[in-house]
This record gives sequence, structure tokens and C-alpha cells, in this order.
Amino acid sequence: MRRRGRRPVLYRSWVAVGAASVVLLAACGAGVGWTSGAGAASTTGVTKSSITIGATVPLTGPAAPGYSEIAPAMDAVFKWVNAHGGVYGRKIKYIYLNDKYDPSTTAKLTRKLVLTDHIFADVGSLGTPTDLAIQKYLHAEKVPHLFIESGCNCWSTSKYPEELGWQPPYTTDGKILGMYIKTHFPGKKIGELYQDTEFGKDFMKGIQMEVPASAIVSKQSYDVTTLAGAMTTQMAALQAAGAQVVAMATIPAATALAMLPAYAIGYTPQYVVDNVGADAPTVGPLLSSFTQLATKTSSKAAAAPGLLNGVITNIYMPAESTATNPWIKVEKAILEKYTTTTVWKKHGLDGNTEYGVALGYTFVQALQAAGKNLTRTSLMHALDTKAKSFHTPGLVPLRYSTKVHYGYMGSEVVQETTAAGTFKTPAGTWPSTKVLSPVYTTTTGRGPVKKYTGKVPSVPKALAKLAG
Amino acid sequence: MTSARPDSAGPVTASPPGTRWPARAAGRVRLPRQPLVRNLILLIAGAAFFYVLTTSVSTYNDFQIGEIALYAVVLAGLSLLTGHNGQFSLGHGAFMIVGGYTLALLQAYDPMNLALELVIATAAAAVAGVVVGMPAARLSAPYLAGVTLLLALALPQLAAQYGVFGGEQGLTTTPPIAPGSLNSQQWLAWIEILCALLVVLVLSNLLRSRFGRAFRAVRDDEVAAALSGIHVARTKVLAFSISAACAGLGGALLALSVGVVNTGEFPLSLSIALLAAMVLGGAGSLIGIWWGAVALVYMSTWATSLSKQLALGTSASAYLSDAIFGAVLIVAMLAAPTGIQGGVRWVLRRLWALVIGGPPTARAPGAQAAGGRAAGARASGREVAAASANAGSAGPAFADGSPTMQSTGPSRHTEEDRA
Repeated sequence: MRRRGRRPVLYRSWVAVGAASVVLLAACGAGVGWTSGAGAASTTGVTKSSITIGATVPLTGPAAPGYSEIAPAMDAVFKWVNAHGGVYGRKIKYIYLNDKYDPSTTAKLTRKLVLTDHIFADVGSLGTPTDLAIQKYLHAEKVPHLFIESGCNCWSTSKYPEELGWQPPYTTDGKILGMYIKTHFPGKKIGELYQDTEFGKDFMKGIQMEVPASAIVSKQSYDVTTLAGAMTTQMAALQAAGAQVVAMATIPAATALAMLPAYAIGYTPQYVVDNVGADAPTVGPLLSSFTQLATKTSSKAAAAPGLLNGVITNIYMPAESTATNPWIKVEKAILEKYTTTTVWKKHGLDGNTEYGVALGYTFVQALQAAGKNLTRTSLMHALDTKAKSFHTPGLVPLRYSTKVHYGYMGSEVVQETTAAGTFKTPAGTWPSTKVLSPVYTTTTGRGPVKKYTGKVPSVPKALAKLAG
Repeated sequence: MTSARPDSAGPVTASPPGTRWPARAAGRVRLPRQPLVRNLILLIAGAAFFYVLTTSVSTYNDFQIGEIALYAVVLAGLSLLTGHNGQFSLGHGAFMIVGGYTLALLQAYDPMNLALELVIATAAAAVAGVVVGMPAARLSAPYLAGVTLLLALALPQLAAQYGVFGGEQGLTTTPPIAPGSLNSQQWLAWIEILCALLVVLVLSNLLRSRFGRAFRAVRDDEVAAALSGIHVARTKVLAFSISAACAGLGGALLALSVGVVNTGEFPLSLSIALLAAMVLGGAGSLIGIWWGAVALVYMSTWATSLSKQLALGTSASAYLSDAIFGAVLIVAMLAAPTGIQGGVRWVLRRLWALVIGGPPTARAPGAQAAGGRAAGARASGREVAAASANAGSAGPAFADGSPTMQSTGPSRHTEEDRA
């Protein structure tokens, strides 16, 4: 029996196992003391003097340009509220984390918000895939999932009663613009250009509900993950098909990447663009910078925003260019006073910062409606029953009810009248917007597009004072 | 000759310093089952450790520990592929996609027992691994890396293209329901930890078997391996498929943990980060993968709090984690070329030498070249290859039981492979 080499080996194994056991026992002993049995009787995230809410938004990465301004703009509203004593004496603490538009990061960060920051509600998280990644989790934890920054037709379900959309669903945008095309461009050939995701498909669903199928001569799409260069192929195909009106569901960069090559090949159809990709203060500078990159000629770059002239789109909040609108005045005042100078000086009031202010103010209104004894139930009840009387910047009141969890379901059709020139925000040349239609409302289903005849929510006195 | 079983004679890899034996130790032949027993002990110790850990920390930490475990599953496969078989994959995220979508589709159309769903998801990724691995077996390292890179880029596009995969929104998954009053986060973490420990157990036994030796022989010298009767292409495909299966299981666990699978969840950067984390932990080491997994999960958290303390802007803080990851990788490669685990091993060996008073390095000369270079896995793999090469060049005259053949046994592979 040769035993050479065996004994030391065994010794070492047992020494190692023994040492590990000692460590484990020590850990066990210590472990008992660590387990805390915290059972707070009050509402999570709410104290007498504070409300903690959170969100996940893209601050860097491909979705960040533009969208990264929204959360700081929301926070500006909360800072204004906090500076005036908060809501029922509670100051709002807004924790927004950078998920880079990556759903697994969203899932991770949302757990951090819920489990370590103990948020009262998730307010204003951005993106369709990212918010879908957390809907089940927030539902299981009974955390309100409010004002999701996505127009997906997927937020209003009885399965997730604590989940609320906010902006108009893309299908309603499509229906309203589709109806405008049908009535104002009869007999014209229509082309489609859309992002090959739910955003584009939902919008075109709306268009096709209104525009007769025979009028649509060409359907072109682009893949957002590979969106890098000019969409010459698609625009040439639309031109070849003879499309006189092009309906577009595009993000701002894609709008610019479609218009530039079309102009280069001498194709100037009537563009009808969903509000997501038609915000002039966002698209204008993009047109400029893309032209500068391609031609290295500043004069051409300066002239490029002129391509937006005549573009038809829809808006669900007052246009940024209507300087006399009381909501616009208030929004500018909040942004100027309560955002960091970079946000204000760089972007001023554009589609994204206006969106942020409006969304933040919606939450403030919800808190006021929920009353002094704030709980998750009282907040959801207030949103389900009182939202129609909220004063928010929408052109129509919020639609929330126990059955519908979409916010704004109406918009008006407008036309950009952008002169060629530079965009200098907040001061400088501004594009102006011509209103083409009354405000319409509609549903995501087959329901008709109806003229809205009700009241437009006014600016509350406390806010109006701010603008002086 | 019954005592000279192939799975007992081989050198031991990736083990604590106390358990490495030189190949010449013929006495080892008498303890055929010991690696398994030791691994089982370690498994139980690991399970006990994680049990205590998960029950004593906060629920959010449980979630993070679960994430560490699921990344450990993926890294274990990658570590086997690169550390033991010498193949590089830049696209292991693609196999995670296969596993994740398989699980989500099963849950959507034919819900069954979670364990069964995980097994099927793993199997699907293994099959994908065979399909990709077969042509890839003909490719040498940089070209294989290219193929896998392409896969990681193309697969999300395919998934976004077809309605059955739910487009951009992807598919939702149902997290397992915790029994009794157990916290669901903790329950999920336990499932993930159990998977990780089982994968490590299976792989560490596999790597000690003739398969493991064949992997390393192919890694070190394909010609020598072929000459000693190892089917090189088959071995490479097998290694690739096993590592794809691990990635598939990890992807399925990620799908459970996140609650949804969609194309945005598996970006190319994930595949690259996986490779970097594997190298950081120590290629080929099944203990090293845990360091890599911890780095994957915590690096961004640490970077975020660091940038908060330094009061950096949001964009700076977002890129800081990548920068720190890169810097740590560079420093680790300079200080410990065999990864963190290699460095830890080196330190432990030095400490051991201080305690015992003699250089333990004498025990495994091949493994000790220049301290940091000392991963037992590589060194012992080389011994196998060297022996194989000897056997090959010496011709069949030695194939009937010369001492060399008994201690390393490549000729036995030949017989068994063909049997």
C-alpha cells in the first residue's frame, strides 16, 4: 500500500474545511443580530415632511440626446414646489437614475429605488422596453408606476391597475393626423415612413384607420438600432412611388436623416410627422449639425432648419413658440429659475423640457388631489376620480378614470413655419407654429375622431404668480 | 490495471493550493473519487455560506447576490471555453439570448415546472452552441471571435424582426413564486445560487475528467492532441457547446430576474464585458469567475457612488464605471496576469510558505514558473500536451502502458473515444 503524498493532502483539505466552518459559524452567530424586523406602519416613502419618488431615465447612451433633459425639467417643478413649502408640508425628493435605455439596468435600478431608497412611487420612467421590464415587479411590490414616458398602447390594462401612461398613445396621434390627411389632401398619393418598432407600427395603425388603403402608395421603414446615415433609399422609393404626402413616425434624428437626402434628390413632399419627431427646437439644430458634418459649409448648415418649414404635425400641449400663452410663460419661468444653467442655457424650452415640466406638474396636482393623508391608495384613487379636473398644460384635460389609464387623448394639428436661421435657445430665432385644426380627441380603438369642445385647463393662480 | 482509471490519474486544476499534485504522484491512483467528494464538500460549504449571506443582508443585496450567481453561471462556461480550450467568444450574449427567449416562450405558450424550463433553455443554447461550434471548429481564434461577434450583433436583430419574439418590447417572464412567506427576491436569489453552484460542481468534475484533459490538450497543441488520438474538432465543438449551455442558463436566469427579455437587454457591450470579467477573475479558474461576477454587478454601483462623492456630472459618472473597469483590468493584468484568482493563489502560497517554513512550490514545479504565471490549470494542461506530444512522436511503441501513458493517459482517450 503506497500512501506517499496522501496524508499532507488530506490534512490540508481538512484544515481548509475546518477553517471555513469556523468562519461560517462566526457568520451564523453574527447573522442573527443583523436580521432586522422593520415593519413601518406609515406609507413607504412618505414622512411628515417628505415624499421620495424615483425614476429610471437615459442620461447617457443612444436615447439620451433630448430625452436626458426631461427628468431635470421635472425636478425643476419639484424644486419650485419645495421652495414654496412643499405639498401639505411635504417636500418632494426626486431620485432619477441613469439606465442608459437598457432594460436589465432598468430592472436593477428600479429594485434599488424600491428596496433601498424606499420610493413612494415610480414617476416618469422613460421608454417602452425599459418600462415593460419593471411593470410586473412594481405591480408585485404595489408601487404606483406613474406617467410612463412612452406612447405605447400597452399601459392601460386592468392587469396592472397601478400603471398610468401620460402622453397620447401613438395610435391616437395617427388617427388625428390621418383624419387631417383624408380631409385636406383628398386624392393625393400617400407614402409612409416609420420606425420599425411599436412606435412606428402603432402610429401607422392609426393612419390606416383613417386614410383609405388605396391612397397609400409606398410603405418605408427604418431600423432604429442601425440608424446611422441618410435614408436615401427610403426617400428615393417614396419619390419613385409618386407619394405627394409622406406620413412619418420618426424620432427627431430620423426626421432629419429623412428630410436631408430627400431635399438633395429634389423630392419635397408634404411631410406629416408625429409630434415625437417634429419638435422644431429639437429637429432644427439636428438638421444644422448633420448638414455641417456632411458639407462643412456653415451657410448651408444655417439654412438647413428651413426644411422644416411647412411640416404638419400634432401637438397636445401649447406650442413653445406661443410666447403669450400663460402656460408657456410659467414653464419658462420654472426652467430658468430651478434648473441648472446648462439645461436652461443649452435647451431652453423645447419639446423635452416642456414635457418634463408638464409631467412634473401633473404629479404635483395628483399629490394635492390625494389630500393630507397621503397613501398609495389615496393617490391612485385621486388619479382615477379627479384627474379630469387637474390643471395641467395639456390642450385637453387628463383622461384618467378607473377604466382608462392614458393621460392626454387629444391634440391639434399644426404647421411649422420655420424660417431658415439658427436656433439659439432660450433667446434667439424661434420657429412659429400655425394652428390648422381644432383640438380633437379620440380613442386607441375604432372610436371616431371628435372635436373637443370642453374647457382647456387654465394656469392655477399659484403658478401664474411665478411668471409675474 | 483497474486502478489506473483515466479520471483519477489526471492532474488537478483550479483548486486551492493544498490540493494540487504533480502528475508523477502514482499514489493518487488509489483515490479515484476524491475530487468529487471534495467538490461536494465545497458545494455544501458554498451553499451554507450563501444561505447565511442572503438571510443576513437586505432584500436589494439579495437581488444583487442573485445577479452575481447568474453571471457566474455564464462566466463559468466562458472560462472553460477560453481557459481550458483556448477558444475565444466575443458573442456569448447571443447564447444568453437563446436561453432567455426560450424560457420566455416556454412560459408564454407552455408553462411548466421552472426547473424543467431552465433545463430546456439550457439545452436550446447547447444546441445553438453545436450549430455555431461546428463551422467554428474549423476556425482559429481571431476568426472564431469574429463569427461570435457577428452572432451577438445579428441575433437581437432577428429577435426584433419576428412577431413571435415580441418585437422591441420582447416577452415578459413570470418570476417564481416563493413558497410560504419567503421573500420572493430571496427565493429567486437561492434558485440562481443553486444553479451557479451546480454548474461549478459539474464543470469542475468535468474538467478533471478525460474531457477536461482533452480540452487542454487541444488548447496547447492541436497537432499533438490529434496525434495522440483526440478528435480535435469534436472536442472543440463539445467545449463550445458546454459553454453555450452555461450562457443559455445564465440568460434564462437573467430573463427571470429582470422579468422581461428583449433585444435591448443583451447589447454587444454585455458580451465584451463578460469576456473582460472572465479575464479579470482568471481565465480557466472556477473560483475566479466569482471575482469577475462581483466586478460585473458592483463596478457600476461603486463607480456611481464614487462619482457622486467627486460631484461629477451625469455623463462623466456614466462613463466612469467603464473607465474604472478598464483600469482595473489593466492593473490586474500587470500585477496578476492570471487574473485576480491567480493573484490570490500566489498570495496564499506565499502565506503558506511562511507558515510551513518551506517553499511548497517544490510540489508542482510546472505550475510555479514566475509566481503570477502559475495557474495550475495551464501548467498541468501543458504537461498533458507535452506527454501527448511525446507519445505521438515516440510512436505506438509506448502505447502499451509505459509510465508516461499511465500517469496522463491520452492513449486511453483514444481507445475509449473509439469504443
